[in-house]
This record gives sequence, C-alpha cells and structure tokens, in this order.
Amino acid sequence: MLNEEDRRILRYLQEDPTLSQSELAERARLSPSMVARRLTRMEERGIITGTVAVIDWQALGYAVEVSLRFTLDKTLPRAFDEFLTAARAVPEVLEIQTFLGRVDVRLSVIARDMAHYQEVYRSRILTLPHIAEIEALMHVARIKWQESLPV
Amino acid sequence: MIALDDTDHAILRALVADAGQGAGALGRKLGLSQPATWRRIRRLEEARVLRGRRLMLDAAAVGFGVTVFLGVKLATKGRVSLEDFERAVSAIPEVQTVEHVLGLYDYRLRIVARDLPDFERILRRRIMTLPGAGDVEANVLLSEERLAGPI
Repeated sequence: MLNEEDRRILRYLQEDPTLSQSELAERARLSPSMVARRLTRMEERGIITGTVAVIDWQALGYAVEVSLRFTLDKTLPRAFDEFLTAARAVPEVLEIQTFLGRVDVRLSVIARDMAHYQEVYRSRILTLPHIAEIEALMHVARIKWQESLPV
Repeated sequence: MIALDDTDHAILRALVADAGQGAGALGRKLGLSQPATWRRIRRLEEARVLRGRRLMLDAAAVGFGVTVFLGVKLATKGRVSLEDFERAVSAIPEVQTVEHVLGLYDYRLRIVARDLPDFERILRRRIMTLPGAGDVEANVLLSEERLAGPI
C-alpha cells in the first residue's frame, strides 16, 4: 500500500507527469533521494505502469465522438471474444470497456463529421458480430477530464 | 488544421504507447536526430494535437478497486441550470470525467471508488443530492482497453 510520501508524489506527478525528479522533490517537499526511492518502489510494484501521450482528436479534424453501448447475444459462448476481437480492428474505435450491468460493452468511436460517422457506423460497427442491441450517446462537451485518482 | 506526415504519425503512435521515452531514444527508433524529433514533438504540442501526458496507475493497487460509468438524466430540465449541475458534479473528487451527451442520458460520469459500499456512499450522498439529478444508470467496469486510434 501507499504511505503519505507516495501519495504526495503521486498527486504532483498525476498533475504533471513531465516533472523531473528534482522538480517533483521540490513540490512534494521531499528529498530527491527519497523521491527516487519511492518512484522506483512504485514502479517495481506495478503501481506506476507508465506514462502515455493523450491526443486531442478534434485538433486532428475528428469533430464527432460517440459512445456506443452494446448488449450482446450471450447465448453464444464466444460472443464476447469475437465481438472484442472484431472491434479492436476498427481504427476509429478509441476505447473498449466491458461492464457488469445493463450494458455489456461500450465503444468510444470518433469520426471526422456526421457523414464519416454514418459510414463508419454502417460499414464497420453494424457489421460487428453478436450484437443484440445498440444505444448511442453523442458527445457534446467535455466538462471535466481529469483521469487522475484522488490518492 | 495541422498537416501530418508519416513520421509525425509514427511519433504519435510511439508516444501513445509510451510517453516516457525521450526525444533521443524515440529518434533512434525512427532514424531521426534528437533535435529533429524534439522539434516535431514540439510542433505537435503547439498544434494541441498532443494534449498532454497521463500517468498510468494501477487503480486497484492504490486502493480504488471499483470504477463505475454512470449515466445521469436531469430531472427538471430548464429549471435547474446546467452550469449549477456541472459545477457541483465536477467538484466531487471521485468523479474523474463528466461529459455532456445527447441520447438516453444527459451526462456520462466516470467514477472511482474504493469498493462497492464506497461507491454506494458516493452515489447516495454526493450524486443523488446534486441539483437536478434524476434517473441514473450504473455500469461497473470489468475491463478496459485503450487503442491508438486512426493515426
């Protein structure tokens, strides 16, 4: 588990993952050697798994974002696996989540505009296997986007 | 809009997988010099294509065993200001993302909790008491994959 130093380090590092160890030490009011030691420990234990870049798809001309929620035909034992394998092959799919609840799977799909979305939806989404039901939520605005954990 | 060539695409693909690598290491993989790679990354940042970096943490390992996607419908449209709801919901630390959507629900929230009883506490005390909150639908996250997208 985490101690108070770990939590402090993670709070600052989640806010800005590009901080150097010395900047991090200064902000968290810890010694640089302490920061280095705690970071190594958290990496070794698989608590910190890495840093990834976040792309702004709107800046690349993808104006449409839709959250598609599926229920699958679960009478077929391989329905989930086959659906997920096929969904991974669709380039416009950014996220795949599976759930316990009324919805089985959710895909986050982007498109350049509505005409492009319609094309993706018809030729690549509706053709995915074992779909029982689809619901669409059209993304309007991002109010909060802070995927940091309140450690 | 910024025009990207194959090298820019390769840089984005590499950074989406691992943003911890420096311009030098990344350049060597792509056959570019360190300064050339750095200049390209800088240009992608300035064009806001690279929106930022995210630290990847194992949520369960830091004590957040449960992630829930919550669809929220506003009960009294028109009477409650959307801004009031958005401000109040964004202030809840366990709420990671708030998206305004069109469809079955008005808002889509991503919430982290320590366990299911903790989620129930957040739902009852923080979410259901928000100004204007009506119907909610909770789906508990089982698995999640993020894909590189069309780059």
